[in-house]
Amino acid sequence: MNPRPKSGMAKAWYAGLVRLRVAINVGLVVLLVFIPVYAAATGDAFALTLFTRVVILAMAALSLNLIMGFGGMVSFGHAAYLGIGGYAVGILAKEGIGSGFVQWPVAVAASAFYALVVGALSLRTRGVYFIMITLAFAQMIYYVAIGLDPYGGDDGLTIYHRSQFGNLVNLNNKTLFYYLCLVLLLASIYLVWRIVNSRFGMVIQGARSNERRMSAIGFPTFRYRLVCFVIAGAMCGLAGALLANHTNFISPAMMHWTRSGDLIVMAVLGGMQAMFGPLIGALTYLLLEEGLSRVTEFPNLILGPVLLLVAISFRGGIDGLIGGVRRG
Amino acid sequence: MLYFIEQCLNGIQLGMLLFMLAAGLTLIFGIMDLVNLAHGSLYMLGAYFAATFAQWTDSFVFGAILALGATAIVGMALEVVVIRRLYGRSHLDHVLGTFGLLLFFNELVRLIWGPAGLTLSLPSEMLNAVQILPGLFYPLYRLVIIAVTLVVALFLYFIIMRTRLGMLIRAGASNREMVGALGINIKLLYTLVFGLGAALAGFAGLMQAPILTVQIGMGENILIAAFVVVTIGGIGSIRGAFVASLLVGLADTIGRTFVPDLLHVFLSEAASSSLGRAVSSMMIYVVMALVLIVRPEGLFPATSK
Amino acid sequence: MRVVSWRTIVSAAVCALVAGQAMAQDKTIKIGFISTFSGPAAAIGNDMKNSFELGLDHYGRKLGGLPVAVIYADDQIKPEVGVQKTQEFIESDHVDFVVGYIWSNVLLASLKPLVDSKTMTVVTNAGASQFAGQLCSPYAFSTSWQNDQTPAAVGRYMNQKGVKTAFLIGPNYAAGKDMLAGVQTTFKGQIVGQELTRWPDQLDFSAELSKARATQPDAIFAFYPGGAGVQFVTQYAQAGLKGQIPLYTAFTIDGLSLPRLKDLAIGVPGAQEWVADLPNAANKKFVADYKAKYNATPSFYGAQTYDAVGLIDSAVTAVKGDLTDKEDMRKEMEKADFQSVRGGFKFGNNHIPIQNFYLQDAVKNPDGSYSLHTVATIVKDDQDRFHDQCPMK
Repeated sequence: MNPRPKSGMAKAWYAGLVRLRVAINVGLVVLLVFIPVYAAATGDAFALTLFTRVVILAMAALSLNLIMGFGGMVSFGHAAYLGIGGYAVGILAKEGIGSGFVQWPVAVAASAFYALVVGALSLRTRGVYFIMITLAFAQMIYYVAIGLDPYGGDDGLTIYHRSQFGNLVNLNNKTLFYYLCLVLLLASIYLVWRIVNSRFGMVIQGARSNERRMSAIGFPTFRYRLVCFVIAGAMCGLAGALLANHTNFISPAMMHWTRSGDLIVMAVLGGMQAMFGPLIGALTYLLLEEGLSRVTEFPNLILGPVLLLVAISFRGGIDGLIGGVRRG
Repeated sequence: MLYFIEQCLNGIQLGMLLFMLAAGLTLIFGIMDLVNLAHGSLYMLGAYFAATFAQWTDSFVFGAILALGATAIVGMALEVVVIRRLYGRSHLDHVLGTFGLLLFFNELVRLIWGPAGLTLSLPSEMLNAVQILPGLFYPLYRLVIIAVTLVVALFLYFIIMRTRLGMLIRAGASNREMVGALGINIKLLYTLVFGLGAALAGFAGLMQAPILTVQIGMGENILIAAFVVVTIGGIGSIRGAFVASLLVGLADTIGRTFVPDLLHVFLSEAASSSLGRAVSSMMIYVVMALVLIVRPEGLFPATSK
Repeated sequence: MRVVSWRTIVSAAVCALVAGQAMAQDKTIKIGFISTFSGPAAAIGNDMKNSFELGLDHYGRKLGGLPVAVIYADDQIKPEVGVQKTQEFIESDHVDFVVGYIWSNVLLASLKPLVDSKTMTVVTNAGASQFAGQLCSPYAFSTSWQNDQTPAAVGRYMNQKGVKTAFLIGPNYAAGKDMLAGVQTTFKGQIVGQELTRWPDQLDFSAELSKARATQPDAIFAFYPGGAGVQFVTQYAQAGLKGQIPLYTAFTIDGLSLPRLKDLAIGVPGAQEWVADLPNAANKKFVADYKAKYNATPSFYGAQTYDAVGLIDSAVTAVKGDLTDKEDMRKEMEKADFQSVRGGFKFGNNHIPIQNFYLQDAVKNPDGSYSLHTVATIVKDDQDRFHDQCPMK
């Protein structure tokens, strides 16, 4: 929620910041659109692989930010939905159902269903108990995946054929696949923007700062938050389906609690109040990780303190550096 | 029956080690309201220090004592330099910051000690099994773990319940602002509490080291279990952490051992084996969920608000 | 006054051109080596790396006459990391060969990118049954074995010793399951129980050992590679089982774990396709030079990796350095025309070696050190039981 400045000069400065933010966001999108061109020109196929991963994880972090940044629901079990989406694709592929038209809706539906169950049971709790309960549910599905011996168990499962969409699009073409992920990410950002700025979104954000007041006004906050939670789970499930296609491999490690930690880091790093925050966070985190590992043999000696610095000094993550948005 | 007793002993041993970790964690959480993901790193450092000092002094006991001191010092230094800047921030900032510390410490250990890990050997007398009941053999070292951790737990109880420092800690856990308002040197208190937590974590690490190996990231798995224990026991409560640790330790061990057999009554060998493993791993989370439903604040909540 | 004649200029130009051509043809062979270099299993990775380096030294740092560049990557025993590193080798480093793979699950996860890109692969340890069967590839070769073979040899030995009932313990991943299944293909007695433990983080086997003791078997069979093997045998002894219930193992007591287990390893037999005291010339040279350079005895992991150097050199020499024709390369690799430390070496149709398996036991030497000795040959020219499932003929 942005405060409207009163004086003329403040208004102009504020408007300038908004324009700066929009410019940065547009610049980012342009950069991402040109990645395949760069990859083709330099022959560096690895760049395309890396950025596809960035885009997919940005979508997952975005879904987390919907409930965490705007809704105040800190879920330490969000990687579970990446896993559910991925396993839906993997299991169906192994059973001979290779059509994306079946796999992807199942991925989304399964994730939405699990989010419904987890949300219904967890949203009664608050604060650190909510964190622990969401973590517990993620660990449960992690152990279920390990127990799935026919689908690889702890060793994981190779997906030999990516989701098929008939003549529409061939996912084996890495460039096409990248653009598909990018389009889905931008669509998700748009969706989140619409949700947050709708009446529904106002209730969610209001419930984050003062739940009693919102229910006193008459909103059934539990129901609103549950719907929000399910939407976030479904979006992350789609990201999971994309991830499984990208790596051609699923394993329980996708759902390990440190993966959930990664998503939280990306969202906080980028700035939780910004639409493009998760993308900025994912880009920064993954590029730093990759870049540092090429430069030094001990990348986390730098990456660790960087995260610490951001936690201590930056309020509002990287996007907060631009300023102009009230934190709260 | 003997087999059941043996498994119970294994469960108690696991529970006591969890208690060492959870006690520090619950105090830090309760008093400083800090979510500390780097607690597992202190556990790891305790083990690494012990392996190194034991090699230098050629004695497990001396190595352990030196390691305890070293870990406590590292903990207190960490608190002064880094941790205190996180107080008052949101839990998310804690998660981000301490996650960064976790990555940093893993890499630092890799830099100093190399990627391969270390071994900590016991004096050869400890390697034998003792016949504690007719027909029941139990490794001597595991009995030592249970005994020593019980002693430490009693010691901790004494400090918390019978000393002024303990009184301040209990007060801080139940009402932070009041303690500060009463003019106590809060900063020093926090540093000491963090140091105590670090020492306990390091102690758990070095006691566990001869059974498992000393390696990078060894704290990460047990850290989650420690958080579960803290949640079940109630944030800020040592007594809660003690009860919850035993509960979790026993549930995990008994679960791992008997659930597959239980399922074997209904299912085939292969199915009960893999399902059993999955269910028994989930055991501690199910326990936590049940406890939170019945008593949402944990078993023995320390905070009044 | 001497003017440089146009003839000199032309000859100089021709020389430069020819030299330029020669330099362009002096390609470097890029090898991506994937193993484990962190955690307790790092000892295995280091042994493999040392053996590979020693092999390269023996060939003058050239394979088939071409200089070699090796990139080492760590899979951290995780399949998801292994497949990622494999993809980096293929897409980012553009390697000519991928060598290594300790763990069967890491290999299985990494197979698709390797086969899709037709990268020549030499697997120097992992022996997944699927890799020997349906997932065999014309471009992938193994200098090790298939997982079932070694425990099957142990099973035969257990029959010889009159073991009637056995309890099996192993880690819950691809190779662990293969090993426990492998014992059962030859063991004629009754399996009174099996336990699969969480891999790789479960290193506390007290629960499983208690369960084993409770069933009162004639023998316990275990498979625990690397550091876990040290843990298992130590805890087996600590639980008071040594001397009560005999232990038979596969891949648990090897050149790496033996120095740490010391006396605990004596009386615990195992089977292997290579033991340090095999009497052929190539092996004597390998073991002696390894001891001289690294002050330690190599393990079978190292021996298998050392053989990979010879295998690659034989093929590259045969195709005269032209790595572009994959079919030619494949044919030359299949010939396996090199001196293996195992004595003879030949491939089956699925590119898994057909070889002998020996009974090994640990002994204490007069100077206080420990070593493994070949006691007997358990089976000759053993071929894995999955070769029929491989489509290659």
